[in-house]
Amino acid sequence: MATTGAALSRTGRPMDIHTVRKLQRAFVYVLLAAGTVIFILPFLWMLTTSLKTSRGVLTFPPQFFPTSFEWRNYPEGWSALPFNRFLLNTLLVTTLAVVGNLISCTLPAYAFARLRARGRPIMFAAMLATMAIPAEVTLVPQFILFTELHMVNTYWPLFLPAWFGYAYFIFLLRQFFMTIPRELDEAARIDGAGDLRILWSIILPLSKPAIAAVTVFAFIGNWNNLIAPLIYLRSQEKYTLALGLKLFQGQFITQYNQMMAVSIITLLPIVVLFFIAQKAFVRGITLTGMGGR
Amino acid sequence: MVASALISFTDWSLLSSPHWVGLDNYRQLIRDPVFYVSLRNTLYFGVGSVLLGVVTSFLIAILLNQNVRGLAFFRTVFYLPSVVAGIATALLWVNILHPDFGLINYLLGLIGIQGPGWLASEAWAIPALILMSVWGAGNTIVIYLAGLQGIPTTLYEAATIDGAGWWRRFWHVTVPMMSPVIFFNLITGFIASLQAYVLVLVMTNGGPANATLLFGLYIYRQAFEYFNMGYAAALSWILFVVIIAVIGAQFWLARRWVYYESR
Repeated sequence: MATTGAALSRTGRPMDIHTVRKLQRAFVYVLLAAGTVIFILPFLWMLTTSLKTSRGVLTFPPQFFPTSFEWRNYPEGWSALPFNRFLLNTLLVTTLAVVGNLISCTLPAYAFARLRARGRPIMFAAMLATMAIPAEVTLVPQFILFTELHMVNTYWPLFLPAWFGYAYFIFLLRQFFMTIPRELDEAARIDGAGDLRILWSIILPLSKPAIAAVTVFAFIGNWNNLIAPLIYLRSQEKYTLALGLKLFQGQFITQYNQMMAVSIITLLPIVVLFFIAQKAFVRGITLTGMGGR
Repeated sequence: MVASALISFTDWSLLSSPHWVGLDNYRQLIRDPVFYVSLRNTLYFGVGSVLLGVVTSFLIAILLNQNVRGLAFFRTVFYLPSVVAGIATALLWVNILHPDFGLINYLLGLIGIQGPGWLASEAWAIPALILMSVWGAGNTIVIYLAGLQGIPTTLYEAATIDGAGWWRRFWHVTVPMMSPVIFFNLITGFIASLQAYVLVLVMTNGGPANATLLFGLYIYRQAFEYFNMGYAAALSWILFVVIIAVIGAQFWLARRWVYYESR
């Protein structure tokens, strides 16, 4: 009773609660602004470092802002190693992997969402369980497999696994397919459509947000992939951007300015994609995250 | 997985054909001090980054859920680092964490604190990696935010009528309602923390003095630097067992604190 009384007397004085609310809001904004600064600072540091002189990055104490803007770090860093070639290689591998992911994940996702088969729940659980196995557990057997197939120092090991499904994407797509009303495919079935036809003409056109999410996640995952190129690629002309950056760091360890310049260039496609497809990102990540509920 | 198990019973350098050595790899493993070091580092980094990441993201998500203006802007700010995280940002952090020329020690110096050696220091290298991983954990904020927006406002109204203050509303409504989402992020965060070895490979290559030798990195080193495929496969199997044990323990603990509405 006492607590109820206290609440009533508080609502009895609307001015006070108004001030309290305003203070609370101000507090929230102060915290968010502080967080924003902390999260953004590394990017700013990356940008300012990329514009410093070679001596400027090794000044003690360091300076946040460069004394002069050395834009030439960008072309000079980019041409210090054959980065144009690395870019083409990365585009090739990433495209092949993304296409593979899209094809190999929509089909099982449709099966898990729509087809009735004995043992489907068990198969679905088994597929989800593979999400818990980190890649390094299968690193060694996969390497031996590709060695036996004589695919070391080719692009095959970099994109071929994407053509064999990926549990996380299958799960994401399946969650989305489940939200599409079954009446739609039943109507199509009466009109004589088979499963592939239903998937292609009904489900996929309605799943654009989920497809977009998988596309951007797959693109970024492959763009940033370092371990597979590191293990499988031997000749430098086959390197991807990620491996090229590692090579750059190995050869020009203290050239932080050029290193940051090249890093920024390799991040640009991802940042652009992120701003274009931000909705798809949020949607995709929410869809899988809520699977935990 | 089966192939991995079979290889773990062999002595294989890929140059010669494999010899069956039975349990020798596992016997060697029990006596290998580096194995224990890498296991300890992995658990230290995993627990540290997951706990700190889960708490930080949860608090940020709660702030973002306060009907703030410019939600899209803030969400972008907190989310972007996790999107671009990769070798480019790993190199950036090597730079930021540099003891003499790095951003963090520069800022600490401004307020009169002599910063530690970070990646160059045995004691501070893992905390430095944890710091970097929290910066890149923004994707969980998006998941929390969606979860928070799914909590019916009637629950808060009922709690307020019963006289609950903000702390009790947070502790008795928000946390129980969010517990499945927190649990999901704990599990996925732990699995993601095991992948960090790829970046560590570039940043410190396990140093100084194996202080950042994560388990994945040790597998990589045995397999692709020393070409002990059999031993690396045995390590992979141990890792798999550890993961299953940790996830199993989390599920077991979850029965005590995770609340499912449908039950």
